[in-house]
Amino acid sequence: MAQLPLLSIMIAVPLVAGLLVLFVKANGARWIALVATLIDLALGALLWAGYNPDGAQWQFVERLPIGGGISWALGIDGIALVLIMLSVFLMPICIGASWRAIERRVPEYMAAFLLMEALMLGVFAAQDLFLFYIFFEGGLIPMYLIIGIWGGAERIKASYKFFLYTLLGSVLMLIAMLYMVMTAGTTSIPALMAYDFPVDAQKWLWLAFFASFAVKMPMWPVHTWLPDAHVQAPTAGSVILAGVLLKMGGYGFIRFSLPMFPEGSATFLPLVFVLSGIAVVYTSLVALVQRDMKKLIAYSSVAHMAFVTFGLFAMNRQGLEGAMIVMLSHGLVSGALFLCVGVVYDRMHTREIARYGGLSNNMPGFALLFMVFTMASVGLPGTSGFVGEFLSLVGTYHASSWAAVVATTGIILGAAYMLWLYWRIAFGVARTPEAAAMKDLDLREWWLLAPIAAAVFWMGIYPESFLRPIRNDIGRLVTRLEHVAPAGDSKLTLGKGAVHLDHGATH
Amino acid sequence: MDRFAAILPELILTVGGTVLMMVAAFAGRRGSALTSWLAVALLIGATVALIGAPSHAGPVFDGLFSADLFASFGKAIMFPAAAVAIIAAQGWFERDSDHSSEYAVLIIFATIGMSVMVSATSLVSLYVGLELQSLAAYVLASYRRRDDRSAEAGLKYFVLGALASGILLYGISLLYGFTGTMNFNGLAAAFGREAPTLGLLFGLVFVLAGLAFKASAVPFHMWTPDVYEGAPTPVTAFFASAPKVAAVLLATRLCIEALGPATDAWRQIVIFAALASIFLGAVAAFGQTNIKRLLAYSSINNVGFALVGLAAAGPQGASSVLFYMAVYVVMTLGAFLCVLWMRDKDGRPVEEIMSLSGLSQTRPAFAAAIAIFMFSLAGIPPLFGFWPKLMVFNAAVGSGLVALAVAAIVGTVVGAYYYLKIVKIMYFDEPAEPYARPREPVQGALILLAALFVSPLGYLLIGPIGDWSDRAAGALF
Repeated sequence: MAQLPLLSIMIAVPLVAGLLVLFVKANGARWIALVATLIDLALGALLWAGYNPDGAQWQFVERLPIGGGISWALGIDGIALVLIMLSVFLMPICIGASWRAIERRVPEYMAAFLLMEALMLGVFAAQDLFLFYIFFEGGLIPMYLIIGIWGGAERIKASYKFFLYTLLGSVLMLIAMLYMVMTAGTTSIPALMAYDFPVDAQKWLWLAFFASFAVKMPMWPVHTWLPDAHVQAPTAGSVILAGVLLKMGGYGFIRFSLPMFPEGSATFLPLVFVLSGIAVVYTSLVALVQRDMKKLIAYSSVAHMAFVTFGLFAMNRQGLEGAMIVMLSHGLVSGALFLCVGVVYDRMHTREIARYGGLSNNMPGFALLFMVFTMASVGLPGTSGFVGEFLSLVGTYHASSWAAVVATTGIILGAAYMLWLYWRIAFGVARTPEAAAMKDLDLREWWLLAPIAAAVFWMGIYPESFLRPIRNDIGRLVTRLEHVAPAGDSKLTLGKGAVHLDHGATH
Repeated sequence: MDRFAAILPELILTVGGTVLMMVAAFAGRRGSALTSWLAVALLIGATVALIGAPSHAGPVFDGLFSADLFASFGKAIMFPAAAVAIIAAQGWFERDSDHSSEYAVLIIFATIGMSVMVSATSLVSLYVGLELQSLAAYVLASYRRRDDRSAEAGLKYFVLGALASGILLYGISLLYGFTGTMNFNGLAAAFGREAPTLGLLFGLVFVLAGLAFKASAVPFHMWTPDVYEGAPTPVTAFFASAPKVAAVLLATRLCIEALGPATDAWRQIVIFAALASIFLGAVAAFGQTNIKRLLAYSSINNVGFALVGLAAAGPQGASSVLFYMAVYVVMTLGAFLCVLWMRDKDGRPVEEIMSLSGLSQTRPAFAAAIAIFMFSLAGIPPLFGFWPKLMVFNAAVGSGLVALAVAAIVGTVVGAYYYLKIVKIMYFDEPAEPYARPREPVQGALILLAALFVSPLGYLLIGPIGDWSDRAAGALF
């Protein structure tokens, strides 16, 4: 494999750039940030190209002991790889989205974003338990500053809520980590993934990790920080929050909760399904009545994340793969939707849905792209949303048909609120003269949205590119979970398992 | 002669301090810069004298005093901290007409007291060291004698401190009366022979209460905010750093060496003090408008975390206490040096938290330094302040005190709120009137050094500091 410590370089590039931008003026800061994130994107492409889906589970491994039981241990499997790709793909778009929207204190803004990128990559690449925690928690500081300095009117309250909520969720996980390291005698995540903790302890450990990831994810009823944070954050902040930060919760479940505590996961499976079921129905209904565009999309995020938890805790291949695709798809689609809101917000400076209308007349390009992302969010076949939601529903059905019934209502409700949103914004006549006078997308905005649209279609039409790297890792996880996976009440009488076994072999 | 070699650092300070007192007396105000720098040189000399075999000689003077690695670790933190407190006073007292050059001398004497405290292996030397430190500290607190607040701080500190000393002495007399020995090893043997009698328990409680006062652990913390607020800022910086280390280390040595067999008896007291300090320190800081009062509560909060490590007992617990105090001292001194730089246009010190408003726009580097110290004191990774907290929690979990660790870590979230408030004021609010630019390159360099230490770069030091603290803690067992 590559001799270069590619992962360390990917973390170092934004860090160095983040320091550099503090010493230049606004425009220099913008360009440095853009170049740095593009370099990281290129490095990410190298990573993807160099990753061998049939090779060892952990690739690009680096290990450098620091002392005191912690080491600078990095390495990725397929699951981490695709999430890293998502992060490096969204980052240049975030910088581009902030190009004109942010006018005050640009160097600090770019520094915060670049620090954020380094920490996110660290979370996905860390192979040492404490190193993971440091990256995981460290992300709070730049996000706190981004929301608090460049956010909307209620930014202070939102920034506190974001910080303290997620911190409270995470600290219990730290105690659980300490216990794990004492019991297992290692801080290495791959080793811990294979370690069998006592069944009684697993329940407590699972709950401690759940507290952290459920807040991060976010799951009902600890989701209340998310709408506030989203609405108050600047556009790019929302994109990164929805696109990548929420994925840390799902990543946590798939990396820690499921493989490290299989029995614990099985014990609390009903809890997860009930919470996810409530989330899907409740937050979809809440989304229906929102008057603020960003809030609506924020609530739809909670509903989509419930598909992820459904799929993950179905503990079968379809569910797990579906959950991964939902995460990727949601990262792209909700990010794009927030960008779309940002596009009209930059022109009208309001997010109130009732002030828009008829945008398809004066902004045809915007209306087209907005429709693509709306459809992807609804889960139209051909878009990324369909693949993920379908797979995770199939997986959920295997585990529990009732859960699948509840989850599917989310698709219907999702269609309702998204299509209604689109209708109110794009069709009919403009409700205010300002809305009728808005100009269509400029070149910069096309450059931001078109790549995401392309990725959405790619994932929708040929998801194999994204399923291939994670297939073996999901397979290992399924094997690990086999003895605790829910039996399911669906009676698959016709050719049971045939599809299941063939899956992946024909490619 | 060997036993004098073992106390070389103390000898340097004692002889040097006495000479300096003469210099100060005869040179008057003109000699203040000279005395300060000589005192710093003395402290550095004493730190250097810690290196080498004689200072690890073990018990000397018939078990009154122990020169071991544990004490050396403490001294290696306290001597430089005292030197920083002297440097911090540069440019501070100059405007006072009644300033004379005894400041540095008093710090040196307090440092000798602390040095005896961490080396004490007998109740007598414990008390002597503690009183030497305290008496110098009372004078320091009221050092600006024409300033009402400073005089009040000194008086308050003295009255309450005298009360605490009385409690401590009473406890010592009980311990001596029931065991017939002042020596730590003798006490341990007495406690080990049988379950502690009521008299012994009383003695133990009183001694710990006296020490809790010195460490400003709840419920003996009441003096802290008032004294910290009233005392001149460089003195506050000193109080919050080195004497804290001395008190916590003394408590650690006493609990483990002398009261080791009675761990169950003192552990519950320490656990109570730890949790009460953490939560009170966090909650009471909410409404503060004065930065020095806020940092006073922060120091109470931090002592609580160090006590969590002590409650864990065992080598791991003791090591985590040492690690914690080492990092704590750097964070606190850094924060106080920043407070020293809060001056209005005429050079008068400002202590209102609101005056920090919008600092990130007028003085970005200064604001960044304060933000780093605040996040680090709050224990938020990736700053280095996170690691010592992890160590004490690790020790607590290792001793089976999971509930304590969970309660304490919830306390960090409560405490995070007010540290965040300072960051919020500096970064989110509109700029207030800018501060005057200080011309103190040495202090600037120290702030930079401290900020670099608590930045993620500090993680590179985990190995060496962890090694030293492990070995130092090993000296107790």
